[in-house]
Amino acid sequence: MSIFKELKRGIILENPTFRLVLGMCPTLAVTTLAINGIGMGLATTAVLIGSNVAIAALKNLIPSQVRIPCYIVIISTFVTIISMLMEAYVYPLYEALGIFLPLIVVNCIILGRAEAYASKHSVGMSALDGLAIGLGFTLSLTTIGSIREILGAGSIFGYALVGENVTMATIFSLPPGAFFTLGTLMAIINAVTRKKSPRKKAVAKREA
Amino acid sequence: MGLVMIFFGAIFFNNFIFNRFLGICPFLGVSKRLDTSVGMGIAVGFVMTLASTLTWLLQKLLDLWHVEYMQTIVYILVIAALVQFVEMFLQKVSPTLHKALGVYLPLITTNCAILGIAILNIDLGYGLLEAVIHSLGASVGFTLAMVILAGIREKLELSDIPEAFTGIPIALITAGILAMAFTGFVL
Repeated sequence: MSIFKELKRGIILENPTFRLVLGMCPTLAVTTLAINGIGMGLATTAVLIGSNVAIAALKNLIPSQVRIPCYIVIISTFVTIISMLMEAYVYPLYEALGIFLPLIVVNCIILGRAEAYASKHSVGMSALDGLAIGLGFTLSLTTIGSIREILGAGSIFGYALVGENVTMATIFSLPPGAFFTLGTLMAIINAVTRKKSPRKKAVAKREA
Repeated sequence: MGLVMIFFGAIFFNNFIFNRFLGICPFLGVSKRLDTSVGMGIAVGFVMTLASTLTWLLQKLLDLWHVEYMQTIVYILVIAALVQFVEMFLQKVSPTLHKALGVYLPLITTNCAILGIAILNIDLGYGLLEAVIHSLGASVGFTLAMVILAGIREKLELSDIPEAFTGIPIALITAGILAMAFTGFVL
């Protein structure tokens, strides 16, 4: 029960992309294809679980005055490990993500979870939190990547959906498309959740 | 000629915000008002130029000792220390400047534009002078993008936007339209 609750919190209630608006740079930059979105999301999830576990395990040893530099060292160690693994086993993805792989270090989601969660909770709970938030991030990136790939290239995960001579809206594969897709998705999510929230409804009714 | 191309290339063709997607967090967070976005732009430019000089020199050491895989760890620590040092230095030497830039400095450590340009300089194989020119260009481009968006967002405050789009979504859409204009430099 608690596991489902944690997962729901990470993926829906506290979705890092759409709810907390964190980690925007990789979200916009690598999501030209759905597969890149998944790759970036899973790499970030792996780093997040690793750093959350390490920080939760070491929380009593780290003096609070120098905790941020300590967290950064732990996080960058995991980023280095993950990018070496990716270079060895999934080279095309490593190439596609490029500079954004080392830049996972400065992804605010990871430092944010270290400070807000892992430094106060047990190892197991922190691992679960890393998994939940990471999956939320992966899901958002994959959604954005799929939309951009379908509209921009007419394919999904590399499988062509339309014939060769159909002209697609290439703009969605280019940088502007990233801003448009994310902005529109966020607005849609805002509209849906606002309708559901009963308090907002009551306020709207009173104003009317 | 090469240096001029690098400088203007970093401002227009490879604008950090609209093309490389580096430094989006401050771009969305601080661009609500014109004066704060100018302040942030200057602070980022200052740290960026210093950081890329320092990391370029450090990379020579990493290459010498064959520990290139330490790049990420070393760079982020150097940047964090540098930001701290710049803050202390400014506080001592120029309290006015410190007051103006102070609030932005801590935010800069986790700004991916700084680590991004340090890694890009090495990936693109730039020499020291090219790296410095590149970071100057990039920070001008960053400030330009921030100032344009801040100007538009100040106007947007007064306009009638659909409720679901208020805040970040409309800023993203605006940035998308601006990015289309910047794509024009490439095509």
